[in-house]
Amino acid sequence: MTLTLIMLIPVIGAALIALIPASQERLVKQVALATTIVVAVATIVKALNFNVENTELQFRQSYSWIPSFGINWALGVDGIALVLILMSVILAPLVILGGWNESEGGRWGVKTFYILILVLETMVIGVFAATDLFLFYVFFEAMLIPIYFLIGGYGSGERAAAAVKFLLYSLFGGLLMLASIIGLFVISGQNGEVTFDITKLSELHNSMSSTTQNVLFLGFFIAFAIKAPLWPFHTWLPDAAKAGSAGTSILLLGILDKVGTYGMIRFCLSIFPDASKTFTPIIIVLSLISILYGAFLAIGAKDIKRLIAYTSISHFGFITLGIFAMTSQSQSGATLYMFNHGFSTAALFLVAGWMIVRRGSSTISDFGGLQRITPIMAWSFFIAGLSGLALPGLSSFVSEFLVLIGTFTRYPVAAIIATFGIVLAALYILIPVQRALHGETTPGNENLKDLNLREKLTIAPVLAIIIFLGFYPSPLLKIINPAAAHIVQQQGYSDPVPTMNGGK
Amino acid sequence: MVTSSSLVYLIGLPLFGAVFLLLIGRKADKWGHLFATAMSAGSFVLGLLHFFAMTDRPTEERAITQTLFTWIEVGNFKVDAALLLDQLSICFVLLISGVGTLIHIYSISYMAHDENRRRFFAYLNLFVASMLLLVLGNSYLNLYVGWEGVGLASYLLIGFWNKKPAYATASKKAFVMNRIGDMGLSFAIMIAFATMGTVSFDGVKDSVDKVSTPALTAMGIMLLIAAAGKSAQFPLQAWLGDAMAGPTPVSALIHAATMVTAGVYLIVRSNFVFDAAPTAQLLVVIVGAITLIFGAIIGMAKDDIKKALAASTMSQIGYMIVGAGLGPAGYAFAIMHLLTHGFFKAGMFLGAGSVMHGMNDEVNMRKYGGLRKAMPITFVTFGLGYLAIIGVPPFAGFYSKDEIIATAFNSGGAQGIILGSVTLLGAVITAFYMTRVMVLTFTSKPRWDDGVHPHESPALMWLPMAILAIGSISAGYLFTQGDALVNWLAPLFAKKGEYEELMPHSVVSILAITAVIIGVAAALIKYQFKAVDSIAPTDVSFATRLARNDLGQDAVNEALFMRPGQVLTQGLVVMDEKVVDGAVRGIGAMTVLSGATLRRTQSGFVRSYAALILVGALILLSAIWVVTQ
Repeated sequence: MTLTLIMLIPVIGAALIALIPASQERLVKQVALATTIVVAVATIVKALNFNVENTELQFRQSYSWIPSFGINWALGVDGIALVLILMSVILAPLVILGGWNESEGGRWGVKTFYILILVLETMVIGVFAATDLFLFYVFFEAMLIPIYFLIGGYGSGERAAAAVKFLLYSLFGGLLMLASIIGLFVISGQNGEVTFDITKLSELHNSMSSTTQNVLFLGFFIAFAIKAPLWPFHTWLPDAAKAGSAGTSILLLGILDKVGTYGMIRFCLSIFPDASKTFTPIIIVLSLISILYGAFLAIGAKDIKRLIAYTSISHFGFITLGIFAMTSQSQSGATLYMFNHGFSTAALFLVAGWMIVRRGSSTISDFGGLQRITPIMAWSFFIAGLSGLALPGLSSFVSEFLVLIGTFTRYPVAAIIATFGIVLAALYILIPVQRALHGETTPGNENLKDLNLREKLTIAPVLAIIIFLGFYPSPLLKIINPAAAHIVQQQGYSDPVPTMNGGK
Repeated sequence: MVTSSSLVYLIGLPLFGAVFLLLIGRKADKWGHLFATAMSAGSFVLGLLHFFAMTDRPTEERAITQTLFTWIEVGNFKVDAALLLDQLSICFVLLISGVGTLIHIYSISYMAHDENRRRFFAYLNLFVASMLLLVLGNSYLNLYVGWEGVGLASYLLIGFWNKKPAYATASKKAFVMNRIGDMGLSFAIMIAFATMGTVSFDGVKDSVDKVSTPALTAMGIMLLIAAAGKSAQFPLQAWLGDAMAGPTPVSALIHAATMVTAGVYLIVRSNFVFDAAPTAQLLVVIVGAITLIFGAIIGMAKDDIKKALAASTMSQIGYMIVGAGLGPAGYAFAIMHLLTHGFFKAGMFLGAGSVMHGMNDEVNMRKYGGLRKAMPITFVTFGLGYLAIIGVPPFAGFYSKDEIIATAFNSGGAQGIILGSVTLLGAVITAFYMTRVMVLTFTSKPRWDDGVHPHESPALMWLPMAILAIGSISAGYLFTQGDALVNWLAPLFAKKGEYEELMPHSVVSILAITAVIIGVAAALIKYQFKAVDSIAPTDVSFATRLARNDLGQDAVNEALFMRPGQVLTQGLVVMDEKVVDGAVRGIGAMTVLSGATLRRTQSGFVRSYAALILVGALILLSAIWVVTQ
């Protein structure tokens, strides 16, 4: 099955849902769930054929789309893209199952909710698999639409305002990127044939002046930094995360935000290697600020969803740090971090969502004593939290440590500052754990129900993946390593040699 | 015959116990404790088999390794999941699983009336598994997993009764302070990898002579920070007293016999680093010496029996750290004191639990008194531990502490005299505060509250206490017979340099015994021969008040870290809202929202904008399509 066909499955599912009468809500949900499961299975089967020895793009497909502009429907993946696609398609059915009732009471009914999610899934696969810059851009911008409607139509509280804020930020970034894309397009024309092919574009940097490179680089980087999000482009995220339903927040923070960090690797680094080098010091500083700033704000957060959003800002700081530290450990660690963050954030949002639905409040201090009242829900939240603080034995530890140790060999001071994040992480996880799970039972919580079978079935695989990959990350690292090493090499870096063997 | 392929089961049995009991839930309430105890005992038996197998092998073949799988491999960073059992780790395996099993047995009775006993035993199993991983990992990164694993188990067990907010806070405090230490461990691992390209013990050991001294000093200091966090050493000691919130068997196992000694293990395990980094080694000694006195002083002022014992633990680990900081001459004695301490301190904590059991969970020693008659077995077993810790010959602590004091004196020069004096002073204070505990609890006049009817604890509780008491009596003698432990561990350490005995051993012993007599006499005069108030007097000296408040450790931490941290957090929250987000909203408001009401304009604007993008994109695409046909 080709990547295009896999992308087609959710669209078919969405079409089927459109045909179902609106009153058949249960059937709508079942079709949506079945579709995402089929996509997940198809993708995993496809991934088994991935040749880990090969650093070239694989599963390539290319159809001419707009020949005179050199635009192609071109898809292909390396290890980094493949891992992110796997993450997205595995999370999708869990989002649907976990938020089984989220679509009810929304502005546009149940059918629209699932159509939006399925269309979004197609776009997500597309955005990670596109090897044509224009195609990437189309997906990058189009993704905004379903997520905007998901927040604005199915969220809570000030959902409209939050959706707007998200959209304005993203459009602003997208505009900058569009300008850069046009610039690239013109330059490719000056150097022979017009093209949007990533591989060909990455050969252009020799014919660009450093000013041109820097300007075009910034157009891409700011768009991705808003998406990721990196400090100080982050303030849309907590609002969006709070307003969106838990499922939407998982799609947004767990999956869509990765497009930002993925874009940095795929476009900023490969197309503008010199500009990347120029801006590396600034980006590392921004990453460090994100790590600490996000952590402090998470410590100060009173709302559980805002708290998770701020922890993500901290975690994205680690990811960008790993990307730009340019060692094979930090680069592999960054991609692994993206994957692991998807699952640990999903776990946190899933359980937080269930807590909020039961209690009718997302304020942390409204909870209390849940460990005695709803032990399974409390345990799930606790393990998800431990993953958030990167406890050794859980998957996030491996990626965080790889980023830190890889960064240390090149930028020891940055690594040392980033490591302070692990102490803050203990605080921002254990403070809500204490407030929500321990202590006396807060009035209003006495009759909360523990997780039901559906919820258990949702959280179990997430936690299982988190624990399994903590002890055995090799399957993923084998896919990621060659691609990550290739990126580092392409940028003209090699890993620092241990000092005792003559390294400095 | 056991082989290296069975090492994984040492950890696997209790780990399975923990996971199984947590997953199966209340169904196992009736037998979960027995299952967990069996898992821990199984680990102990396997450990014994390994020990005997090890003694049968010639010295150079004693260390065995089991490589399970490649854990992390990226570029030249390769870490196996691998276990190393050598002369050092087997000592810990037997201590952890042996004392661990005894404490499981004790807890069956101690926790009998707790509705969550099964969960308690699952946590105990989790702790044993993590602690075994800590001492069996063959690299710093494997150790790290166990290191934070025991931190997690400790967190869960300190907060076992987390319904009480103070207990929940205590567990969080312990975890966070430990994380500061863990940061040190992270740095040490990073330095090892950046300088040597390896993080395994063997790899680092083989590389140290090629690495610059400043790098090794930095690594040593980072390891020391890690050790200070885990072992409650100055300046990361403040969590241990609060950790007494956990059930008493937890205090005995985790916060006395095993986990808190992990820092000593780390330093002794890293002997090759410290031997090559004299500055770091000196800092180790200094930290140990400060904590030794610090803990002892706090111990003099505490009325809560568990907190007095906790302060004592801090102080005794200070002795071990001093020993570990003395280099090849002291490593083995640090371990020896660690092992004897494991017996007598665990025994005394279990004794304290037994007393609490008989006294309606009262922990204030000023409400005790005269329990000698009511609880004779507890009195005798606790008393044997007491004789061991203050260092009365021939009990265990006499041998191990004596050796550390002697090595301290023999380290020579001004350092030797200062260190020797500090360790002797510590011995005086130890004798004082432990006698105080003994007198207040067992031999002074009863000061019980109404309705308290002390009674001896059941056999399941006193049997473990009795077995540990046997250790308190005999362990020191056994370890020093023919220098058994020193010779056993010798192959792991650099040869200790020829040093002359600056102070003859007999003189040291006489000094140490004199120190004990002074301390005991002072305490007897103050407490045995005078009436004790059942309410702590308030008209006490500044020094006493300071000691009661743990020498102001919490005040210092609050002033230096907690309050500035809170201010910073609040400041950032406001800044994020007003400045960072405010700037963006300001720009937005100026350009877009002039005039109309905010809400309506916003949503109206966006819906049309979203439609616009969609339409615009479609038009653009079709236009391109048309043009290019």
